[in-house]
Amino acid sequence: MSDTIILEVARFNPEDGGEPSYQSFEVPLRPDWMVLDGLNHIKDQLDGSLAFRWSCRMGICGSCGMMVNGVPTLTCETLLMNYAPGPVRVAPLDHFPVVKDLVVDLDDFLAKLQKVRPWVVRKDDFKPAREFMQSPAQLEAFHQFSLCINCTLCYAACPVSGLDPDFIGPAAIALAHRYNLDSRDQGIEDRLDIVSQHEGIWDCTVVGECSVVCPKHVDPSLAIQQFKLTATKEWFKSFLLPRGKH
Amino acid sequence: MPQYTQYQPKEHRPKMSAYWYLDNWHYLRYALRESSSFFVAYFCVLTLVQLAALGTNATRYARFEAFMAHPAMIIVNAIALAFFLLHAITWFNLVPRVMMRQILARPTPDIISSAPNYLVWFGATIILALFITGVL
Amino acid sequence: MSAGKRSNEPIVWILFGMGGFLVAFFLPVHVLFYGLLFPAGMVHAPSYQQTLALVRHPLARVYLFALLTFCFFHAAHRMRSTMLDVLNLRHLNTVIAFLCYGGALVGTVFTVWLLMTV
Ligand code: SF4
Ligand code: FES
Repeated sequence: MSDTIILEVARFNPEDGGEPSYQSFEVPLRPDWMVLDGLNHIKDQLDGSLAFRWSCRMGICGSCGMMVNGVPTLTCETLLMNYAPGPVRVAPLDHFPVVKDLVVDLDDFLAKLQKVRPWVVRKDDFKPAREFMQSPAQLEAFHQFSLCINCTLCYAACPVSGLDPDFIGPAAIALAHRYNLDSRDQGIEDRLDIVSQHEGIWDCTVVGECSVVCPKHVDPSLAIQQFKLTATKEWFKSFLLPRGKH
Repeated sequence: MPQYTQYQPKEHRPKMSAYWYLDNWHYLRYALRESSSFFVAYFCVLTLVQLAALGTNATRYARFEAFMAHPAMIIVNAIALAFFLLHAITWFNLVPRVMMRQILARPTPDIISSAPNYLVWFGATIILALFITGVL
Repeated sequence: MSAGKRSNEPIVWILFGMGGFLVAFFLPVHVLFYGLLFPAGMVHAPSYQQTLALVRHPLARVYLFALLTFCFFHAAHRMRSTMLDVLNLRHLNTVIAFLCYGGALVGTVFTVWLLMTV
């Protein structure tokens, strides 16, 4: 086996007015190297102008997501060896505007995330005198959905988020769901006002690829379908009892 | 618009391919799964035609049966069957899992949510087959 | 998107969901016999009189009504989303929704009429 591998890296520089293109680099192929190590080798040794994001190198900050051979991937926890003998194509995440090279613009995602109020919302002026007790069962109800690291791989995997830029998207809905399921939370009505619009859960047609690519096994697809059940129940409730507020 | 794009207006916005469902096997499987709906509509209409023929008289029903025996119809119906099976399997693997999770509020193995559906499917198929063939 | 009107999609979604179960449980055996085994002569088809007696049974009428109605709405909902997502016809959303759900309604009317007159 050869001890180098070719990385075909997407390049885009907004300042030279050029179109995006691919540039090939030959990098060492070491058994313990991740795709991100290959990119860092390029940046340090071959071409310092290459732009990409990373931070933790341990799959927890969620900043190093890229398309590797067309699949949304956390580059810091995917071995370069998996792609031998290469070449490997590294591109910015699908469905996001590209700022430069492998860096995408996340503003739109962050705005959507904020809209679903992914925090504990209280409607009373509850001032806990001590910690809020939760049983293991209450924790288990939402725990899986709380593992999201906002890496946005699920957005890149979701064709609906590519077709409809207004779609709130997998991770934001999964996080909304996570707080709805939290026994401390009282914000479900606020979230339904956002997430139960067409561009929320109803845009989802269960392609299911978000759950396939999620590195944290959040299963956003499951969260969205559960949210649809909840929203349907609420819809029938407000239909039968129209005097309820909303 | 985020403020800094005022000075950085040239983000690249890639266009999605019109044939995105050919990009990987999962997408293609999704597109096929959703296409089953066209065959469901087709078969429901066909059943209405059958009912209309049944309600008219024996000659009309014989004509309907002759029409169904045309090789082209048999091929179309074989394709419809394949699509219904694809629908059934994808449905049983997905929907009961969501309902189970909603009811129990905790993760359960997929086998527990899916298996009862396969049993009901099997039983319903046998019972309906007995009625349809005139055994019962 | 800000807090706005909640979608009325639950009504069609619940019909889609019920239909999804009926399609999965019952349509395969229907098409297997009426579409393949009987026409191909692999299984002897019951006579006209027998088939007529079968669908005239009250329970069979109820069954066929539920089956066809929910399956029509299941198909309508999914055909709509297929046209929006796979064929990318989002700009025609209103027309497509009208045709699909309208078609399902027409199918329901025919179902009721045929089951009452058969
Ligand atoms: S749901 Fe999974 S794939 Fe999506 S942002 Fe969160 S961790 Fe990433
Ligand atoms: S660098 Fe933090 S998740 Fe990959």
